[in-house]
Amino acid sequence: MTLMSEAAVIQGRTLPRGFAWTTLVASIVASAAIFLALALAQVTPEFNVAGAAVVGAILYLVLVGVISRLVEGRRKSIDRVMAGVITAAFLIALIPLISLVATTAADGINRFDMQFFSSSMRNVVGAGGGGLHAIIGTLLVTGAATIISVPVGIMTAIYLVEYGKGRLAKSITFLIDVMTGIPSIVAGLFAFALFALVFGPGIRFGIGGAVALSLLMIPVVVRSTEEMLKLVPNELREASFALGVPKWLTIVKVVLPTAIAGIITGVMISIARIIGETAPLLIIAGLSTSMNYDLFSERMTTLPVFVYTQYTIQGADAQAYIDRAWTGALVLIIIVLLLNLIARIIARVLAPKGSR
Amino acid sequence: MSKRIEVENLNVFYGKFLAVEGVSLTIEPRTVTAFIGPSGCGKSTLLRTLNRMHEVIPGARVDGRVAIDGKNLYDLDVDPVLVRRQVGMVFQRPNPFPTMSIKENVLAGVKLNNGRISRSDADDLVEKSLKGANLWKEVKDRLDRPGSSLSGGQQQRLCIARAIAVSPDVLLMDEPCSALDPISTLAIEDLIEELKRDYTIVIVTHNMQQASRVSDRTAFFNIAGTGLPGRLIEVDDTATIFERPTEKSTEDYISGRFG
Ligand SMILES: Nc1ncnc2c1ncn2[C@@H]1O[C@H](COP(=O)(O)OP(=O)(O)OP(=O)(O)O)[C@@H](O)[C@H]1O
Ligand SMILES: [Mg+2]
Repeated sequence: MTLMSEAAVIQGRTLPRGFAWTTLVASIVASAAIFLALALAQVTPEFNVAGAAVVGAILYLVLVGVISRLVEGRRKSIDRVMAGVITAAFLIALIPLISLVATTAADGINRFDMQFFSSSMRNVVGAGGGGLHAIIGTLLVTGAATIISVPVGIMTAIYLVEYGKGRLAKSITFLIDVMTGIPSIVAGLFAFALFALVFGPGIRFGIGGAVALSLLMIPVVVRSTEEMLKLVPNELREASFALGVPKWLTIVKVVLPTAIAGIITGVMISIARIIGETAPLLIIAGLSTSMNYDLFSERMTTLPVFVYTQYTIQGADAQAYIDRAWTGALVLIIIVLLLNLIARIIARVLAPKGSR
Repeated sequence: MSKRIEVENLNVFYGKFLAVEGVSLTIEPRTVTAFIGPSGCGKSTLLRTLNRMHEVIPGARVDGRVAIDGKNLYDLDVDPVLVRRQVGMVFQRPNPFPTMSIKENVLAGVKLNNGRISRSDADDLVEKSLKGANLWKEVKDRLDRPGSSLSGGQQQRLCIARAIAVSPDVLLMDEPCSALDPISTLAIEDLIEELKRDYTIVIVTHNMQQASRVSDRTAFFNIAGTGLPGRLIEVDDTATIFERPTEKSTEDYISGRFG
């Protein structure tokens, strides 16, 4: 009987709308006041922002939990506390990201000038110079790695999803998993050993770097493409077969177009994964301070290697080198962001339209 | 252009599991044949063997004979792709291609096969097929909208238009109305009535009224228990099956007295 009457009630006691926000502000203010007092009393050398935020957050969670429990009951109180915890986790995850971008932007802006984008480091000692050779190097090496990896990776994924069965497919999947775990330095050593066998020891050129990077890139492309192809409903393949369309045409004209947006996103993620690689390129692409547009001869520097050398081999005017390193890092981040943006636009244009 | 289908002693396996056993039946040209029977008795399985669509499922195989106008589909020299161009299929769930517009969906059979078709021929084919599928009036002003923007019933009729656009000889339909409202269902039943003039049609349905309304012949399938193969119990003129079935189990099933 009590159960019946309880079930009939659909209004519960609720806290007013702005309750969460008010409590949050109150908690932060209270916590800030405590830390201000501590700072004024010389207990802490200065106002501790992080401490105030952490204590404020905890205070908020406790307050919200207790008050909501008393007024609204157990379920809603847990809901409010969990919402708070999840938001806090999100903010914590955001801190390194924001701090990283902010620091790089603040320090990189010093040399973010025309000269940086128009000159190399050839014959530059001290201030001046730029990273054009490294930007070109990054674009060429990453582009070549992409050109190698994307066809290989996508075709492997097509084989695995559409054709592969039995032992061969299983062993390929296993090898791809192993490849995913290869340390990048090993990829660099492999490429170096390979090309040293062919061209003799001491060989260094951009394409070698591209080969090393594609070793890292292929498993990522395969994995993400595989997932995307698996998402394509079997019904579409059947619909196409039932029209008398051969399998390969079904894959090319039905499966790939349906999955293309996801595949492109996966490729972009894999590019972002390798564009920042330093170690393998140090080995096989080498260092250079001059422009080099030719992947197939001479050493080639990429942005990560440029940043690394600017930072580790500082000349007389140390600040100039450090500034260039930051700007190199900033340019790298911007390139990745741009690539992401382009990928999103392409994905949006190509995505299946008008589904309900 | 419609054709006779003869099934002889057909067994269908999924791996080791025998799903359908010992089916023999003949489907005459320009008729509608309904497959009825309880869930899991192998209606879809049998239907898919009529255009070798079961081969898409890993492990599925058949033995026995399915002949279309005397030619066994399972002869070694038969290309399943060509079989499917003659024996079209409409599925239980509408499955228009999401990347294509309504028009492109209708033309899919031509376009996906790298076929070339002049613009005016394409427009004619689209109009003819959509009219054939009873959809033309509803979509003629938005042929370039995505196929997936239609309602479920419209999508199903789009799938039928797509299937008849390649002008097959036989049309297989696996519960084409099971996801549709009564009005769309009626539209599709009318359509089947019209299509019958040109095509041989086999339809799977759980709806007894539908079977009695649209079909000339009805085949009743049953299964003795879980894990056992489905069998053809009897096949006869629809009127006979519904009024004086030979088998007790057919009568029980049709009248709803079924365990
Ligand atoms: N892909 C498959 N792999 C293995 N077994 C299958 C597969 N598809 C169907 N079966 C089995 O074959 C038997 C017949 O299935 P089928 O789908 O043909 O039944 P149905 O008569 O169409 O049933 P429903 O009326 O529910 O659609 C069932 O026992 C089912 O479990
Ligand atoms: Mg079925």
